Amino acid sequence: MLLQVKNVTRTFGGVKALDGVSLSVAEGEVHGLIGPNGAGKTTLLNVLSGIIAPSAGEVYLDAAPVHALPVHKLAAKGIARTFQNIRLFPALSCLGNVMAGQHLVAPRPYLPRLFHLPSARRQEREHRLEAMACLARVGLEAKAHFSAKALSYGERRRLEIARALASRPRLLLLDEPVAGMRKQGVDRIGRLIESLAGEGMTILLIEHNMSFVMGLSANITVLNFGRTLLTGTPDQVRRHPDVIEAYLGTGGHHA
Amino acid sequence: MDALHQFFAIYGSLVNFIGINSLLALSLYLTLAAGQLSLGSAAFAGIGAYTAGILTMQLGAPYLLSLAAGALLAALVGLVIGLPVLRLRGVFLAIATLSFGEVVRIAVLNINITGGAEGLVGIPNVTTTWGIYLSLAVIGYSIARLRGSRIGWCFECIREDETAAAAMGINTTYYKVLSFVLGAAVAGFAGGLYAHLTYIITPGEFGFSIAVDLLIYNIVGGIRVWYGPVLGAVLLTSLPEILRGIGVTAGPIRMAVNGLILLLVILFLPNGLVSIFERRGRRNPKGPSDAALEEA
Repeated sequence: MLLQVKNVTRTFGGVKALDGVSLSVAEGEVHGLIGPNGAGKTTLLNVLSGIIAPSAGEVYLDAAPVHALPVHKLAAKGIARTFQNIRLFPALSCLGNVMAGQHLVAPRPYLPRLFHLPSARRQEREHRLEAMACLARVGLEAKAHFSAKALSYGERRRLEIARALASRPRLLLLDEPVAGMRKQGVDRIGRLIESLAGEGMTILLIEHNMSFVMGLSANITVLNFGRTLLTGTPDQVRRHPDVIEAYLGTGGHHA
Repeated sequence: MDALHQFFAIYGSLVNFIGINSLLALSLYLTLAAGQLSLGSAAFAGIGAYTAGILTMQLGAPYLLSLAAGALLAALVGLVIGLPVLRLRGVFLAIATLSFGEVVRIAVLNINITGGAEGLVGIPNVTTTWGIYLSLAVIGYSIARLRGSRIGWCFECIREDETAAAAMGINTTYYKVLSFVLGAAVAGFAGGLYAHLTYIITPGEFGFSIAVDLLIYNIVGGIRVWYGPVLGAVLLTSLPEILRGIGVTAGPIRMAVNGLILLLVILFLPNGLVSIFERRGRRNPKGPSDAALEEA
């Protein structure tokens, strides 16, 4: 197991956003995370990426405990993410956004730059090529020099994925990558996730679009009111009565 | 040659002050580049000025050593202040650094070794115009080369989105404190140059209004590129002389013109005067937006 989450609890004041959540993701697996609004999906992603600390419970990456690490150290362990509300660097170009994402893999020392050493220029060229390859990966190479602000909604989503890929992560956390998109855009991101999975990338995917998440994930974990409802294959999840109840309710007697 | 001589006889001190103000504007730029709104640069300049002045006068320390000590002490104070204060964001950080500035000013007023309200009198005048502009060239170039380096990228990411920067593996606390400390060091150095230029320094010269002036240099010039603050400092420092040249001498009108320029820049050039030079690229909405990155 690449990622193991054990009994993670997170409280905000009196609210238990996460209440003993456990799940595990195998190396190379696309793992779906679904649940109604307020189920704690994004909170779990924030815990996994270190943006908030768990109140209790443990997170293991490759059997090493990582739940006590700050955000940047978790990123250094190979966890990259995108955000539900897209957090790009608006003043930078697309290429700039991806090159910024290379922080963990590009040393970029200051002194060789200060003295215009050829090594600085050579490295810069290499980083630029790698960043262009990331952009090509998400189909944005033609827009490399466009401002990130000038992109369409779907392109921004893809640019954020390219920026996450730039750090060559081991685990990619995607928070609603196709939220509010039409079929064409959804299919495009679906193909992208499929091809990343084909290369062995481990992905934890939050999504409300059921056919999308069912089509891509090997396993799916369902959260409801901060608890793990079940983990199973898409077929098991689709048929499970608890899942149907969580999403649709059961009529009158469910308060 | 004669004309140059005459020019310096009349405008020599203005040329010096333009250089010092440019350095001070750059010191604040270093902190703004990482997205941290600080009003503490004037106080750091004060710390550098008094440290350098006292070392030269009381201990007979060599000029360059005094300057270095001023920069170093300002940087140390920046480190001690920066670690707790940089937890704050935006306007709260501005207020915290502003109160730090007041603490420094009042401390200087009440300590014996600084000469109190009368100021530190009799600092040897050893700073030369060449010295100022050599420093400006070296520091300006060093700051310009930050772009594209690890530090430059980190500053830019934190300025754009601190949460996303951290999620990409950037130790945001470290780089925010670094931007604050580097800014303090440059301000302290510039303060030392200033102290050895003017014979006398008083606490009021490093107060709130100077801190705001430095911010205005940055806003008017623009903080997208390193030369923006220098442009702002050059323009606004020489403005009184330019106005005198066209026949406006009264003080209040000068302030009004200052305010008018600031207002016009904020309204029409939100990225500062430097965006005039970038305009060409933007006329084509589909064209490259980041020309500077392209050439780097």
